[in-house]
Amino acid sequence: MASTAPIRPAAEAVPAPVRVRRPRVPRARLRPDTRWAIVFLLPSFIGFLIFFFYPTLRGLYLSFTNFDLLRNSGHWIGLRNYQEMFSDALFWNALKVTVKYVIINIGIQTVLALGIAVLMHRLTKSVIVRGILVLPWLIPNVVLALLWMWMLDPNLGIINHYLNLVGIPSQGFLGSPGQVIPTIAGINIWRNMGYTALLLFAGLMTIPAGLYEAAAIDGAGEWRMFRTITLPLLRPVLALVLVVTVIGSFQVFDTVNVATGGLGGQPGGPANASRVLYEYIFQQAFQFYNLGYAAALSVALIVLLSVVALIQLRLLRASESDLA
Amino acid sequence: MSDTLTPTSPAAVSSALRSRARPKRRINWGRVAAWAVMGVLLVITLFPFFWMIRTALSSNPDLVAGKQSLVPPGATIVNFKRALGVATQHEITAATGAQTGTTINFFSALKNSVIVCTLITVGQVLFCSMAAYAFARLRFRGRDKLFFLFLMAMMIPPVFTLIPNFVLVKNLGLLNTYLGIAAPFLLMTPFAVFFMRQFFLGISKEVEEAAVLDGASRWRIFRQLIIPMSIAPLTTLAVLTYITAWNEYMWPLVAGSAPNVQVLTVALNAFKSSTPTAIPDWSGLMAATFLAAIPIIVLFIALGRRMVDSIGFSGIK
Repeated sequence: MASTAPIRPAAEAVPAPVRVRRPRVPRARLRPDTRWAIVFLLPSFIGFLIFFFYPTLRGLYLSFTNFDLLRNSGHWIGLRNYQEMFSDALFWNALKVTVKYVIINIGIQTVLALGIAVLMHRLTKSVIVRGILVLPWLIPNVVLALLWMWMLDPNLGIINHYLNLVGIPSQGFLGSPGQVIPTIAGINIWRNMGYTALLLFAGLMTIPAGLYEAAAIDGAGEWRMFRTITLPLLRPVLALVLVVTVIGSFQVFDTVNVATGGLGGQPGGPANASRVLYEYIFQQAFQFYNLGYAAALSVALIVLLSVVALIQLRLLRASESDLA
Repeated sequence: MSDTLTPTSPAAVSSALRSRARPKRRINWGRVAAWAVMGVLLVITLFPFFWMIRTALSSNPDLVAGKQSLVPPGATIVNFKRALGVATQHEITAATGAQTGTTINFFSALKNSVIVCTLITVGQVLFCSMAAYAFARLRFRGRDKLFFLFLMAMMIPPVFTLIPNFVLVKNLGLLNTYLGIAAPFLLMTPFAVFFMRQFFLGISKEVEEAAVLDGASRWRIFRQLIIPMSIAPLTTLAVLTYITAWNEYMWPLVAGSAPNVQVLTVALNAFKSSTPTAIPDWSGLMAATFLAAIPIIVLFIALGRRMVDSIGFSGIK
């Protein structure tokens, strides 16, 4: 955007000669293309207004009402939804469960993805290897959730079968209150690590190869090069990837909605142990029909996400590059 | 003179010393270990898909009996036939061990997914590239502010607009229609505009200026000059859009839950919820999930290189 900014004053200085009929005059190039802009932007602008801008304002408004989906009506109740939220044990539980998920998910996923990215960078540029690693990310979450549900089945699942073979007793996984969140996190680590690695890999490609050659001549080992070259120079990219993946991680829904609660069960279980924020908002809205309250919960989610993103950008100094 | 065979330049000496100082064997072992790790990662990535196919080729009685060999005992394609609704009652009984198995109306869901995803892809790629062209090339008041506003839409979590959009689509009477399921993604997504604008900014302005001087309208320039130059990024965007639409779950779940418009993801979950807990139909479920993943895998194999190369770009820049 910055690169185009200087053009604007000049363009605005021309007082909109909309009536110029002959575009053959060279001067026509400087004319603001307002009419064409309207034509080109109209469909997407309508989409933006109807499905992004208006819903955002309406969502904010709904959060101050007791809108009920069954009655399809509601009225202004001020801050009551927000007051209720603060004393809602299920909300705090959802928050706790979500944060637990994010910490496990992001912690392990980032380390693994970084490892894979460095491995790819040092070993192979093969498209097939990258393609295989990114494959799970392309498959519908629902498909993967069902697949892992089956593989992690307490009785018939292959994972428990293999655990038994090495002498570990069968685990409950998705059916165990203590294991369900780590399991969901694990499924999504498996799904996203290749994709995240590819993002980091793109960042690694921007590091000048000469630095590694020079370090190798000076006798630096792989670990030393990773610590003193790769990590510092990758930091801006790593920071952006972290912000994006953390925000995505807070919004986990598909896997929880499909894979928890067992076959035909209620998602979020067992015993609320996997009812993440998204799932809770979804259930409040479409199961209990408390649209107003659900809207207030999603306002809280936006606030939470903004704060988390700001803190991360601050801590990771994402906008500064060491590769000056 | 035998002296001529010995390296004389200092650089050649040092390079010869270096290669001697680091014996080949040691370097290779490091690489072998690294490749072994990579191999393990690839196996971990691929094994679940293998197990999906393996289960889909098994019969439920064999699964219940706990047969866990890597090759399915008595491989059968009856589950795929069941998922596609072409199995006979006799075959169903043999495969499920039950008189009545739940069935997924796979063809209907497949048709719904294809219709919805095609609508979304065509609309989004066309309208977003138009918008991207305006943001990249046309000069008008408030352009950068408007673009910034578009980008801000990327920050809003989907669950936030889910609720108001649901009320809107419901009030418009579009619930359980293809248009309703496609609507929020049909006209614009911030990512698509951003993606195409990045590309258009990189196209040289000179060709365009020549066309303007020749009296070509902006629309003609866009259609006859810009679009043909942008086939590669447009294809990438189309494939990414199609896959995203194919994988979408939350919105179709609320906007299109009626059986006749269910897309694949929603239908699969409905199938899961309806399978009896006492005798879950895992082989049928895995056959259906595998079939649901096939279009994505085919697209990916056909256009894999381009997509893999575009991931770094789309994710970071």
